[in-house]
Amino acid sequence: MVNRTPVIAVIGAGIAGLEAARQLSGLGYEPVLIEKAPAVGGHVAEWNRLFPDMAPAADLLQSLEAGTSGIRTHVDTEIASLGRLKDGYSLILSNGETLLCDAVLFATGFHLFDASRKEEYGYGIYDRVITNRDLEQWFNTRHDPRVGKPKAVGFVHCVGSRDVKAGNKQCSKVCCITAIKEAIEIKEEFPDAEVYCFYMDLRLFGKKYEDFYIRAQRDLGIHFIRGRVSEVGEAIDGRVVVKAEDTLSGKPVKVTLDLLVLMAGIVCNPDAQHYARELGVAVDEDGFLKSRDNLGAVIESSRPGVFFAGACTGAKTVPETLAEARSAALAIHQYFNKRR
Amino acid sequence: MIYQGKQKIWADYQKEIPDNHWFYVRSCIRQNFFPASEKYFLTICRDMLGRDIYETEHHTTCAGIAYHCDTIPQETAMTVVARQFALMTEAGYDSLVTSCITSFGNYTEILETWREFPELEAKIREQLWKACRREFEKPKYLAHASDLMYKLRGEIAERAQYRLVSRATGEPLRVVEHIGCHYSKMFPHKGVGGAEYPCVLSGMAEAWGGQVIDYPERRHCCGYGFRQYHVKANRGYSLSNTHKKFESMEPFHPDLILTNCPGCPYFLDRWQYVIAEMEGKTYGQNGYGIPALTYEELAGLVLGVDPWDLGLQVHQVAIEPLLDKIGIDYDPARKYLGMNEKKIKTPGLPTTLKCC
Repeated sequence: MVNRTPVIAVIGAGIAGLEAARQLSGLGYEPVLIEKAPAVGGHVAEWNRLFPDMAPAADLLQSLEAGTSGIRTHVDTEIASLGRLKDGYSLILSNGETLLCDAVLFATGFHLFDASRKEEYGYGIYDRVITNRDLEQWFNTRHDPRVGKPKAVGFVHCVGSRDVKAGNKQCSKVCCITAIKEAIEIKEEFPDAEVYCFYMDLRLFGKKYEDFYIRAQRDLGIHFIRGRVSEVGEAIDGRVVVKAEDTLSGKPVKVTLDLLVLMAGIVCNPDAQHYARELGVAVDEDGFLKSRDNLGAVIESSRPGVFFAGACTGAKTVPETLAEARSAALAIHQYFNKRR
Repeated sequence: MIYQGKQKIWADYQKEIPDNHWFYVRSCIRQNFFPASEKYFLTICRDMLGRDIYETEHHTTCAGIAYHCDTIPQETAMTVVARQFALMTEAGYDSLVTSCITSFGNYTEILETWREFPELEAKIREQLWKACRREFEKPKYLAHASDLMYKLRGEIAERAQYRLVSRATGEPLRVVEHIGCHYSKMFPHKGVGGAEYPCVLSGMAEAWGGQVIDYPERRHCCGYGFRQYHVKANRGYSLSNTHKKFESMEPFHPDLILTNCPGCPYFLDRWQYVIAEMEGKTYGQNGYGIPALTYEELAGLVLGVDPWDLGLQVHQVAIEPLLDKIGIDYDPARKYLGMNEKKIKTPGLPTTLKCC
């Protein structure tokens, strides 16, 4: 162990990376944030409001950014190569800098499933088919001609999640509540609109999630149809014709909608897999990074000095991600304490 | 509609289609439905475009209809198909092109099954040997005849006498395409353009000047559906499927329907008469129907083949309005002349669907 302040490379400056860096800095370490995108914030920066309290995503980010203001941060920076040293790791960055560090924290997050791969839903083909991310951006900017003033809106749950044919058998965990949140927001924005949610199961496990579901049904009249959408077509006026099966009533359903929102699922970040391979860190069969132990050591990798935080190990909610980031910071602290 | 989105998908579903030397197997039923289509596939490929297409009178049904109607097990169909492969091997070919979509689906399914279960292939080889002392190589390339026509669409366009353009307005004709379900719905990667947005037919229509129209029930079954039609009690399902498609395409005012399956042009053509008789409704302009053509018929038309030599007089829906729209010359007096200009009977006219 060297006498200088240990340096921790934090890969990814989404909410996990920001919170972990803040905690590490508070514990007396020198975290260095490396972010591929031009700005910090990750997916949350693209979101408008967050469940369960409908707090603005920007407020959360603002507080996280304020907590990391003095921390060295490289944005718009990729990692050209990662290598193992005797007592640490070296990272060659795309800006030409070489970063020698004592530990690495993966906060690489997730990728949204490419909804155009579910060809039958017509994303990228039909104008009025958008994704959850597109809708959040509309909530942020109010600029997307595809949204317009809809009178009928549908949400398709589990797009690329729990879908063996799409290569992602895992549940994305947050899509059900996100769909209900967005359905409520649409209904509040356009009270006359009919809103439909096409779902397989509703997995509403978190605090206040059930309240959202009950409110959506009881107070707002949002239609929940248990069944998968089989295909989407385009009517002559540009609206989308959606076919599905209502498995509760045992009947096929066909509705014409002004807007169809695909709840693109959470899949592993291919960059994380690439970096993991370079460091000899295990990747799980679902493509996410493999924890040393899925019960007691979720934030630890199988390699000393390499830690995980957030959705790099699987789909997580915002509070879970933040809790994991703090946990990872403590684990890193303990790691260095043991080496002293 | 975002055309570039379709192009992106098409790029993922391209298949290798050799340019020449094909062993051709005909359909069981197409020669009865639209008798000149297969003849003109050979005429266009061989005589007009100089390709080597071999066929033998010794080939039989592929047994696909029986298989899909659940009247024979798949192993029986496999042995029949193995015999076709043996004929191809004996003739010295390694590329097999089928006239029928169901045959294409049947052959594809069998080859994929053998790939997954090689022991089954070995068993079929043994059965074929015991039955008729034949052996076979599997085809290196398997295509539907529409794949080959798609491959040759540019050459056809270069030789075209007519384009799919309205003579009166100069606007491209509005073409609705309908691939058969067995073309790529079972194995999307075996069809040009995949299953959701196939481009095998739309590629032809666009190459020859037309504009392809998408409509909500484009993917829906034509109405044939094997057990929907072959089981007499189910024929209402067949008709209702076709009716659903026409109701969906009606607002788009298509000029023609382009098909590549034996059943699709038949049902999309004949049921227009039945719908007209039952409901008094027609879907074309001025009381006519919408012509449903095979890709060989359409290729023949753009190449300047006489419409009556193409057998277009056996369609239920009158073809003349389409010919007039394109500006194709034809002699109405020759419409019902048979071999050697012998006059054959003129069919009776429907009560509602306008015919010439």
